[in-house]
Amino acid sequence: MNSPLPSKQIFTKESLKKQFRLSEFLAEKVISFVAFLSIAIIFLIFIFVFKESMPLFSFGKKDKVKTEIQTTSDVKVESYEGAETSTEEIQPETYGAPTEDLNPVTQETQTSEELEPDTYGAPTEDLNPETATGKEVIIDEKATENKEGADRTWSTFFSTEWVPVSDNPRFGLLALLVGTLKVTIIAILIAGPLAILAAVYTSCFASNRRKEIIKPIIEMLAAFPSVVIGFFAMMVLATFFQDIFGYDSRLNAFIGGVAMALAAIPIIYTISEDALSAVPKTFTEASLALGASKAQTAFFVILPAATPGIFAAILLGIGRVFGETMIALMATGNAALLSANPFESVRTFAATIGSEMAETVFGETHYSVLFFIGSLLFIFSFILNAVAEFYVKGKLIKKFQGK
Amino acid sequence: MRDIKIEVKDLSLYYGDKKALKEISMQIPANKVTALIGPSGCGKSTFLRCINRMNDLIPSVKITGEMLVEGVDIYNKDVDVVNIRKKIGMVFQKSNPFPKSIYENIAYGPKINGIKDKAQLNEIVETSLRQAAIWDELKDRLDDSAMGLSGGQQQRLCIARTLAVSPDIILMDEPASALDPISTSKIEELVHELKEQYTIIIVTHNMQQAARTSDYTAFFYLGELIEIGKTNTIFTKPEQKQTEDYITGRFG
Repeated sequence: MNSPLPSKQIFTKESLKKQFRLSEFLAEKVISFVAFLSIAIIFLIFIFVFKESMPLFSFGKKDKVKTEIQTTSDVKVESYEGAETSTEEIQPETYGAPTEDLNPVTQETQTSEELEPDTYGAPTEDLNPETATGKEVIIDEKATENKEGADRTWSTFFSTEWVPVSDNPRFGLLALLVGTLKVTIIAILIAGPLAILAAVYTSCFASNRRKEIIKPIIEMLAAFPSVVIGFFAMMVLATFFQDIFGYDSRLNAFIGGVAMALAAIPIIYTISEDALSAVPKTFTEASLALGASKAQTAFFVILPAATPGIFAAILLGIGRVFGETMIALMATGNAALLSANPFESVRTFAATIGSEMAETVFGETHYSVLFFIGSLLFIFSFILNAVAEFYVKGKLIKKFQGK
Repeated sequence: MRDIKIEVKDLSLYYGDKKALKEISMQIPANKVTALIGPSGCGKSTFLRCINRMNDLIPSVKITGEMLVEGVDIYNKDVDVVNIRKKIGMVFQKSNPFPKSIYENIAYGPKINGIKDKAQLNEIVETSLRQAAIWDELKDRLDDSAMGLSGGQQQRLCIARTLAVSPDIILMDEPASALDPISTSKIEELVHELKEQYTIIIVTHNMQQAARTSDYTAFFYLGELIEIGKTNTIFTKPEQKQTEDYITGRFG
């Protein structure tokens, strides 16, 4: 009986009894906890972003009454709150802005409720004299804006100008939206075909050896810092294409689109390539055995079979371009112009947040609008993913693979 | 053997350094069913794939010798592999319909050959489905996905797809190995009917199947062609001891 095998299992009631396996139980719980946590974190981020844009949604008359009641009855509470926030928030602000003018101003404004936000927003030297001199006027304006602020802000969303910092701020989201769409469309029109053709080449035509070289190189591009791509676009591409097309503004939607295409190509390529490689080799064989050429097989059999994956790849590429900030900041020119011309400067949503968030006033309309843009981006990427999930799995598969 | 369709002369095939087929020489008659039998790994499928140059897809394969189809060496440098495969169709072991509708599956072959006329395509689809004895089952659901068919239907669809490009020779690589007896018998009947018009070469593991369906049988063992002859002769009075051992079930 010196067999190395363990002794034979004997079935008894005892050995079949339910066992509690602690390590397994814990591992399961930890994994599910972490999974739920990650979902919760994403959700919380969205809630936070959206919450910050909430002031924009306090419309109309009800709001007016509310503010009036507040200003009449809750004056004490209001001023107390104001004082608290001001002592908390202003102090670091004053360190941060070592201008001599600022101190007296902030002290003055502490007494009046309405002006507080403005003082946060006045770390620039230009703005200081304005707040100091035009104090009375601003108070009046602020009062009116608070009463019908939301309505007014929403009405400016559809204007064509993006002038967030002015006596008469206009938040023309339309211009930003058009700018973003312009850049996205240009980028996808360039990146999509290039990346998909590259993927078709590596998965259907290239020898194994070439595939082994090409695939990692393109995938490496995905890890390329976008700031470097932006820099490259700004310094090299802009000049190069200006020489060709001879447009006026050096940095424009087209350059931004080209640069973002560089960022989107690796993503689209990688996912399309995986989708194409996942098409069973038997389809290739069947097609070739019918006397199809390599190209016919690639375009009439493999590509249709991989369409859902390729569609998902393009959607992810759009998501990447839509949310791309650094390249947009560096290469699009950042002027919120509303036009159909691809060779004019544009400003994208993401770039707007990126460039203005640092200079905005906490709690002011501008601040809320930026967060509103943030939630728009959030919602947009959510919709994209949902479309990718449901549309692709439902309709496209049916269309290309029969019912 | 009259009407020689394919003549193989000293065909050897190497996977890298390994010699998988050793100097095969044989003649395959026209409009007959030739069965290739032998134990697993004996090279019969490899040999079958040589006939329409499917082995070209494997980079490490090297082939020497001659494969004359109606007197033309298909491994000659001037021969276009795409044209060979149009004339020599193939049905695979695992049924592999495209992830398209049934209609599109059949119409694919004619379409890549440049037939665009809708009426003509419809006719081709119907004829080939009828030839494959599957038209009655599928005529009402031509727009359904081919992936939803049963295994036997899929395999007959694949045969219909091969017929749609009207090849001269049909190669079948264990077409019934994954099917139940009923589907298998349908395929066998089909083979029987098709040999009027086509030259069929069928690889099979199932000796009864070879005996039932084929006119000629070739026995492969370890990459060598041991014996080829009329199926009756091979199964009753084989010349070689190895063939007899295999057929009587002593090994393999």
